[in-house]
Amino acid sequence: MIFEAILFYMFATVMIGAALGVVFSRNPVHSVMFLVLTFFQSACLWLMAEAEFLAIVLVLVYVGAVMVLFLFVIMMLEVNVEAVKRGLTRYAPLAIAFALVLVVELIQLIWLRSQDIQVWSSFIPNPEGYNNTEALGAVLYTEHVYAFEIAAVILLLAIVAAITLTMRKRPGLKVQNISKQVAVRAKDRIRIVKMDAEKKS
Amino acid sequence: MIGLQHYLTLSAMLFVLSIAGIIINRRNLILLLMCIELMLLAVNFNFIAFSRYLGDETGQVFVFFILTVAAAEAAIGLAILVVLFRNRRSINVQELNTMKG
Repeated sequence: MIFEAILFYMFATVMIGAALGVVFSRNPVHSVMFLVLTFFQSACLWLMAEAEFLAIVLVLVYVGAVMVLFLFVIMMLEVNVEAVKRGLTRYAPLAIAFALVLVVELIQLIWLRSQDIQVWSSFIPNPEGYNNTEALGAVLYTEHVYAFEIAAVILLLAIVAAITLTMRKRPGLKVQNISKQVAVRAKDRIRIVKMDAEKKS
Repeated sequence: MIGLQHYLTLSAMLFVLSIAGIIINRRNLILLLMCIELMLLAVNFNFIAFSRYLGDETGQVFVFFILTVAAAEAAIGLAILVVLFRNRRSINVQELNTMKG
């Protein structure tokens, strides 16, 4: 149990540090790297909370796909780092004061209420033979199947929107006309000429 | 022992940090998108902690959908960003005043 607490505090410290790195680092590429670290640490914390499936999904989807997309866009845009970082410190004091007030209030509220409702003990352990993925799937495909289908439609919409937004028509570009290609007949392409055989002289 | 309140505290710290990040980095659109991702992560933390505390998988199903929508949002947001950069040669939020907002 004490080992679990040590692990939790270690992961939490690294995660908050990495999140600070995301916010305060000057270079956007460093920010993305810190965000990857944040997602890894939170996946470890979700594993500790016995949400194994979502921890793996977080690593696969976020670190594997979304963060790579961010990195790709940052490297493709070649944004001038010097021009972007000038406005960094102007609002920093206001933001830090705001954040400190907010976090103190939230933490006070959480710990006050948790003392009231007696949740000081750790989580109740799951029963023997409990399978997180199986339990999640059982709920997902029965009770929430409608929402699941809507999620699929949203993903399709995202694909279509992303492709439509970034596709551009350049003049002079050679493209295939598929309908013309399919509609072509043999007589359009070759002409058979009847002629007598030539005699060798 | 690690319980619900530890996870909630961690999530609150992450959320507030991402709000501060949005205020501080309000010039760079990519950093704003990343701070929104952090904010969604904090919300997911809350859902997971409460799901574990109540012994109910519905919270985790909700996290699943949030992850789906966040991935879609990131894809569309980055596509808009690329188009914006192609048209304006800049991703500075201050220069996006075409609509006089």
